[in-house]
Amino acid sequence: MSERAYNFAYLDEQTKRMIRRAILKAVAIPGYQVPFASREMPMPYGWGTGGVQVTAAILGPDDVLKVIDQGADDTTNAVSIRAFFARTADVATTTDTREATIIQTRHRVPETSLTENQILVYQVPIPEPLRFLEPRETETRTMHALAEYGVMHVKLYEDISRHGHIATAYAYPARVAGRYIMDPSPIPKFDNPKLDNCPALQLFGAGREKRIYAVPPYTKVVSLDFEDHPFERTKFEAACEFCGARDSYLDEVVTDDRGGRMFVCSDTDYCEKRQAAQSRKAAE
Amino acid sequence: MTPSAQDLLVVEALAKRFTLHLHGGADLPVVANVDFRVGRGECVVLGGPSGAGKSSILKIVYGNYGCDAGRILLADGGRVLDIAGAHPHEVILARRRTMGYVSQFLRVIPRVSSLDIVAAAARDAGLGAAEAKARAAALLQRLNLPERLWSLPPATFSGGEQQRVNIARGFAGEHALLILDEPTASLDAGNREAVIALIGERRAQGAGFLAIFHDDDVRARLADRIVDVSRFAPREAA
Amino acid sequence: MSAPLLVARGLGKRFGAVTACRDIGFELEEGEALAIVGESGSGKTTLLHMIAGLMTPDSGEVRYRLRDGAMRDLATLSEAERRALMRTDWGFVHQDAARGLRMNVSAGGNIGERLMALGDRHYGRIRQSAAQWLERVEIPIGRLDDSPATYSGGMRQRLQIARNLVTAPRLVFMDEPTGGLDVSVQARLLDLIRTLISEMGLAVVLVTHDLSVARLLSNRILVMKQGEVIESGLTDRVLDDPRAPYTQLLVSSVLAA
Repeated sequence: MSERAYNFAYLDEQTKRMIRRAILKAVAIPGYQVPFASREMPMPYGWGTGGVQVTAAILGPDDVLKVIDQGADDTTNAVSIRAFFARTADVATTTDTREATIIQTRHRVPETSLTENQILVYQVPIPEPLRFLEPRETETRTMHALAEYGVMHVKLYEDISRHGHIATAYAYPARVAGRYIMDPSPIPKFDNPKLDNCPALQLFGAGREKRIYAVPPYTKVVSLDFEDHPFERTKFEAACEFCGARDSYLDEVVTDDRGGRMFVCSDTDYCEKRQAAQSRKAAE
Repeated sequence: MTPSAQDLLVVEALAKRFTLHLHGGADLPVVANVDFRVGRGECVVLGGPSGAGKSSILKIVYGNYGCDAGRILLADGGRVLDIAGAHPHEVILARRRTMGYVSQFLRVIPRVSSLDIVAAAARDAGLGAAEAKARAAALLQRLNLPERLWSLPPATFSGGEQQRVNIARGFAGEHALLILDEPTASLDAGNREAVIALIGERRAQGAGFLAIFHDDDVRARLADRIVDVSRFAPREAA
Repeated sequence: MSAPLLVARGLGKRFGAVTACRDIGFELEEGEALAIVGESGSGKTTLLHMIAGLMTPDSGEVRYRLRDGAMRDLATLSEAERRALMRTDWGFVHQDAARGLRMNVSAGGNIGERLMALGDRHYGRIRQSAAQWLERVEIPIGRLDDSPATYSGGMRQRLQIARNLVTAPRLVFMDEPTGGLDVSVQARLLDLIRTLISEMGLAVVLVTHDLSVARLLSNRILVMKQGEVIESGLTDRVLDDPRAPYTQLLVSSVLAA
């Protein structure tokens, strides 16, 4: 492969500047969806083009990049995107959450607490939390501008009336800095509390919908609920089969055709670290 | 004529004509130079041959018909209101507080029970829902309307039954002036008595009545004064 | 006497060469029901939209007395103020109930939306208010969780009314509220509207082509023809003693059943 067929991190510098301007606006107005001129990327819409563009715009040669998909570093998409940046930016990559400076994620927040030196980039399919009830873009923009969010609680009301409880299990809407209501991307509601007062910068990129939004470090993020139906974190009844964790988000794995199943941590890095610590302890 | 403290209603120089544009602008004079007054505790009856405009005068006083000249001075609350020139808003208020009207026939609204029709009129006068219902029941009882009819809409009632609902509605408020257009025409003797008693009671409490009575006997017993409206027949231009 | 609730002056609107409304004015007091009647093309719907702030007049003004007593020119309201007014102190009942409802939300959610928009955050209380209103508009309580897509036309209209009245607005606009419904359904709906107007002391501006609806619901009337007010006054006076030739024509054209 000839050297430098691509600019650093694939996008040209003017595009990166355009995206960074959008990011700055997003950080200045937490939770507000900033339109940006989303580019054609070498993967189709729906495969993380928004997240990739945000990462490409902020990536520097000294960064260490981690990419996860549903919590795992080793799924197809995570592997592809990591390889994409390795090739176009020649940047160091890692699976270790603590080592990474930029973490791009699809649909999960790492279990390991993040630090002020880190940026979490979320891949977002539908950035507009009001879209399901209000199909008109003109109307949703006005609703955000005027903070007319009654309809969000209508959605939660509907959940309770149909299921007896708020059934939204992922992409659970939250209010940012007491002003804008955002869709945190399809992360499980289990992860919502992690967004609140997080030391890391959180950026959200939606490529197909052409929007970027942000939650600056140490920002208040409150999940919506009712007084008599408060937000509750999902509790698992099992522990991780591999590392025994009781406080992480678990994936259910079917083990045989007789109904056998086990639960394992969705965050592969977190699980491996715990297992490694346990074997070291056992060896002592 | 200026209204005295005892006057509820002073009508002066009232004139009314219909212009029937659909009949090529045919002109139909009805009355002219109508002058009379109604005092507190007085029952003034309009007499005269049919077609002379008695009913029309009642409707003009109530504001249901417009007029072409004259004044209709009503003692409304603490002030005098000229119905002839009043803003619709003021007439609406005057009808609610001061001036009531009982037509000859009940205009039927589908589906509302007779009790509710009367109670609604009481509520308009400011009564609470429960009180209004109680007053409505009392009036219907007084007018001998069988209780089994109270929860039914009057559309299927006999003429006499409908008219009793109509009268009850007219008396459900606390109007100082009540306008009655042949209220007893469709009633039998017993029910006529009930109405006469009702009118007598209100009159004793100070209410004034402007009425047309078809029945000589009723007229004789209730009228304090009879105003012959043939005096007000319009004269053709010379 | 307190100041009027709504004052319209000199309202005019043109669409190209067509004058939809010319120099229309009136005052509406609290608790008064005004019917605007006319045939198609009379301008009555245009007038309604201008009064409700849904269309900008070419001339004239509309002023409304807010709950705090201040008389505001609707044209000077910000978008936020106007929308807030629409959600609280005003109601708008559309002829087609689907336009005034969220068809993919349950009846309870539809009625509760205004409450939630105003900050109500207690599911149980919101649901109870919605249930009370459902009963008040005579919809069986068992339909609370059903979407209005499963309702009949008359039920949808009653739900639309409940959705509008839950915040006890002082002024309700109605555009042919019984249009397109079966006669028996209309009668029941008119009944309900009449009762609610009386019980809640609502001021109403009602557009209809049906004189009997005007007679039943309103105490004042404006008769319009080709953008102008032909005659106005007390409803019973205008309908029983019409003066203008057009009004006489209109009144005489009504077929008795």
